[in-house]
Amino acid sequence: MEQLSLRRRLYDRGLRALLYLCGALVCALLVFLIGYIFVRGLPRVTWELVSTQSSMIRGTIGILPHIASTIYIILVSMVIVLPLGVGAAIYLTEYASNRRLAGLIEFAAETLTGIPSIIFGLVGMMIFIYTLGLKAGVLAGGLTLVVMILPTIIRTTQESLKTVPQSYREGALGLGAGKWRMIRTVVLPNAVDGIVTGCILAIGRIVGESAALLFTAGFGTVLYSFKEALTNSSATLTLALYLYANERGETDVAFAIAAILMILTLLINLAAKLAGGKLRQK
Amino acid sequence: MASEKIMERPTPVSSAGEDTGNRLRRSREAMEFGFQTLFLLCGFVSVACVLFICLYLIVSGLPAILEIGVTDFLFGTEWAGRQDKFGILPFILTSVAGTAGAVLVGVPVGVLTALFLAKVAPDAVARVIRTAVELLAGIPSIVYGLVGMIVLVPAIQRAFQLSSGACLLAAIVVLAIMILPAIINVAETSLRAVPKEYEEASLALGATHIETIFRVTLPAARSGVATAIVLGVGRAIGEAMAIIMVSGNVPNMPDSLFTPVRFLTTAIASEMSYASVGSLWQQALYSVGLVLFLFIMLINVILNLFIKRKKEG
Repeated sequence: MEQLSLRRRLYDRGLRALLYLCGALVCALLVFLIGYIFVRGLPRVTWELVSTQSSMIRGTIGILPHIASTIYIILVSMVIVLPLGVGAAIYLTEYASNRRLAGLIEFAAETLTGIPSIIFGLVGMMIFIYTLGLKAGVLAGGLTLVVMILPTIIRTTQESLKTVPQSYREGALGLGAGKWRMIRTVVLPNAVDGIVTGCILAIGRIVGESAALLFTAGFGTVLYSFKEALTNSSATLTLALYLYANERGETDVAFAIAAILMILTLLINLAAKLAGGKLRQK
Repeated sequence: MASEKIMERPTPVSSAGEDTGNRLRRSREAMEFGFQTLFLLCGFVSVACVLFICLYLIVSGLPAILEIGVTDFLFGTEWAGRQDKFGILPFILTSVAGTAGAVLVGVPVGVLTALFLAKVAPDAVARVIRTAVELLAGIPSIVYGLVGMIVLVPAIQRAFQLSSGACLLAAIVVLAIMILPAIINVAETSLRAVPKEYEEASLALGATHIETIFRVTLPAARSGVATAIVLGVGRAIGEAMAIIMVSGNVPNMPDSLFTPVRFLTTAIASEMSYASVGSLWQQALYSVGLVLFLFIMLINVILNLFIKRKKEG
């Protein structure tokens, strides 16, 4: 390569350095966040913390109720959203012959994706608590989250339905199967990996969600059974973090919860990657 | 989509089995129709959700705006729920300033990182950074808020000798970090989609690799970068829980980077539990929600325009 002018060499070097700097910055940001949270939080994650509930009398703090309500809320919203989302995706990819109608549904799903979670929380409160008369709790919170994660499930299911080869469908129909039988026995089993990935992503969003649950799930810190929790105020892990950090000044507990949330985030990411990788192998 | 023709089955010819055949076929057609309707209804759930959200926000947001007066509400500079003062200009301006700041910081870093990932980084390095970006995207917003509150706020306080570090600047930094993953992903995709010929032509004319990616690839991907910016704006303006802990939460006008401020989102999040049910205060908070929703819808429309134009172009 012939010698470049000094100006061009400086331009080249300078911008190249800038690019490396930005890449390094992103990595450093993540390393710092994970490192800081683990260093401050992990020592506080004790068996006592995760296996008890807070007691005013003994002055102890336990986050078992929040772990429980996080699991409850995942259960409630997934049980409702999964049939709805998969059903909608099936309609869009297998049935929709009316372009306008399909376009309308897709547009609605896209719109839902763009709405911030605080709006879901606000409207969820108006609909489920004021209009339908539910009490703030896992049911109202779960229903609010259903609306929020519906587009995620629809999109991932749609994408994996599209990867099922057309010849499979034609084969099933040619053998005399009806449309529903074809979907049930041929299309869905071949798309199950994608649906699983969608579920993992959705669970990740539920675990990390706070604004939508602020007014719908409440700030309760008492351990309930699943049935009681449905209509009793119960804070999920994220809400408990907010409660302890912002209102009670218990920074150490907040960091312990943050460490648990980080571990969950890492696990969910890993799981999504594994499921997604399997999908691509096919 | 299978065509309708494939679905039509030949009618059974044997006359003996015709009756049972017909009955079977009819029940099967009924079942098929049932399932199709069921799935259609599933599809309409999301349409219904959007309609309900719009309807509820308008119906509960409008009364307070009309009672307070549109100009007093939108351009009033004082907000004090307990004293019935409801001017949301401070919130609007704070949301706009915070979002603009976050985009100003986040977009250059994000786009340069995307450029690095798509064109410069060795495969192994790119894979590591991509994983980092995915993880950053997955971290709950409340965790960003916590770290911001404990690390960033005291740091700003010390660096600028303030009485409190919880201010607009802290919120901008947190928002900029939070919108990074979305910007990087969208920008990288569009940078990768730039035709190889453009770059080859530039290289053949004697430009270096770096000159090529900055002067040819980046301008060619500008619609993707614009999409990334709009997406970042949408994310930043809707974020609540991360910035509620770092922004000071006082309804001031955002007249400097170091003013403690309150956003449209954090106004709703922080006051809803104090306002008594049915009061004008609570209704005014619904109206704040309506204003936020209108902002989001505007951004969505712009985003859709960009995406549509990219598909056509």
